[in-house]
Amino acid sequence: MSALTQALWVLLLGSLLGLELIGKVPPTLHTPLMSGANAISGITVLASLTLIGQANGQVPLLVLGSLSLGFALFNVVGGFLVTDRMLAMFSRKKTRSGGAR
Amino acid sequence: MAGLDLLPALIDLVAVLLLALGIKGLSKVSTARSANGLAALAMGLAVLGLLIQQPLSPQAWLWIAIGTAAGGLLGLVTAQRVPMTAMPETVALFNGCGGMASLLVALGVAVYGPDGTPGLVEQISIVISVFVGAITFSGSIVAMGKLQGWIDTPGWTQSSLRHGVNIALAVACLVGALALPGAMAGSPLWLLVVASTLLGIGVTLPIGGADMPVVISLLNSYSGVAAAAAGFVVGSQLLIVAGAMVGAAGLILTQVMCTAMNRSLVSVLFGGALGGAASVGGGGDEAGYTRITSCSAEECALALEAAERVVFVPGYGLAVAQAQHALRELSKLLEAHGVEVSYAIHPVAGRMPGHMNVLLAEADVPYEQLLEMDTINPEFPRTDVVIVLGANDVVNPDAKSDSTSPLYGMPVLEVDQARQVFVVKRSLGAGYAGIKNALFELPQTAMVFGDAKAVLNGLLSELRSMGVGKKAAA
Repeated sequence: MSALTQALWVLLLGSLLGLELIGKVPPTLHTPLMSGANAISGITVLASLTLIGQANGQVPLLVLGSLSLGFALFNVVGGFLVTDRMLAMFSRKKTRSGGAR
Repeated sequence: MAGLDLLPALIDLVAVLLLALGIKGLSKVSTARSANGLAALAMGLAVLGLLIQQPLSPQAWLWIAIGTAAGGLLGLVTAQRVPMTAMPETVALFNGCGGMASLLVALGVAVYGPDGTPGLVEQISIVISVFVGAITFSGSIVAMGKLQGWIDTPGWTQSSLRHGVNIALAVACLVGALALPGAMAGSPLWLLVVASTLLGIGVTLPIGGADMPVVISLLNSYSGVAAAAAGFVVGSQLLIVAGAMVGAAGLILTQVMCTAMNRSLVSVLFGGALGGAASVGGGGDEAGYTRITSCSAEECALALEAAERVVFVPGYGLAVAQAQHALRELSKLLEAHGVEVSYAIHPVAGRMPGHMNVLLAEADVPYEQLLEMDTINPEFPRTDVVIVLGANDVVNPDAKSDSTSPLYGMPVLEVDQARQVFVVKRSLGAGYAGIKNALFELPQTAMVFGDAKAVLNGLLSELRSMGVGKKAAA
């Protein structure tokens, strides 16, 4: 199997998996889910790192790679933390009200 | 050395598995938080796997450190500082930056890429990555600007002129894309970059604020596609899987949101702002209303004091007024008085599905008191008092009965079934969708005019002066 067909299979199966993963989501979780999925889409960090790694000392490539790494990491770090901040409120709520009743 | 080659591949496989489990876990309340951590861990693993696979020069490490420090710190600070009410804008901003990252990678490879002409697959991937990345970036920034109120909807975008402009931009993108393989770093590339960026703006700008969550969700899906395309560009299968998963999951989420708002994706994207069409049906001003009863906070407090069952319907107006905490105080007081209190949450309350749950959770409202539409609707007939706080379109009875209403068919909270309804609102101005609300004119409805927080505090002091909740000071 050529690298391309393999990559296309990966694309297809990944898409199918994504379609199946979130069938039923309670509306409560739509915002955190969107924010979490958004953080995951920052996986472009891998592309940025690859770009830097293959730059071979070319400064423009290093700068572009570093810049895109910054943007992607902003997405990843910010995305995961903000999602956690939202979800922390839900879990805190559960334990507290459980204790009060 | 087979073992050494296998290790990164194994790490990648584990990372994909954890990412999938993370997305799945995020769709359940009980597992959501740990799932988010799992996804973050997966991301860390993926990065680790790449770093051990790829020998890096000290110079490369330096640039990695710079990018990491800048992006990581900014992300950290933003995530901690941003208020919960601004969550949709924040997601849009993060998303736009993800798109920008894919765009920059593709540009880097196109302009300074490895020697020789890249193969056809690479060229196609670069085109897709640039196109989708640029649209995601500019579209997300416009979406953020509109939600923040920095950008208005210009008049020309509501006329059919915008279709002409957007089609012209799309053609320009296509020309750039087709000419690109001939000269990777030449003018076709920049034509593609500029035209895609403008197209992102041109497509997002005409869309009304009420539909913005759908747009953000769709752009989120695009950024997954952009990541997958970047995966083809740099030859990373992990990137392709993760991008494809997010792209597909984002599409499903977009569909779910459209269903909740009774809008089709096509009408969101090409129909223009809902308000424009709605003004035909009654106008956004007070002129449309004839039988409005208004009342003071005192009367409202009396009704609350006598009630056995009270339901609050919070909307975005509540969040804007930062009145969640005052609302929580009020409901505590009523509970101490023996009143049964619950909150009716419409699927699209707030500015994004689930946004209101987050805002109320922030104010310590117990999770069990937040009732979803299907649960609470049968309960309204036995509810004494409903207080609508800054919500409008989601309680409009026309959505059920008036087939000419633009809202017709949208599932709404049936508050008109309750014995008494108080609507707290600044003025009789139209709702976010710009549509007249028949609820306001019903005989059991009274309007309490004012800022949500001021009214709630007024109710609190009225109730306290009546001696409500004094004996059971729990």
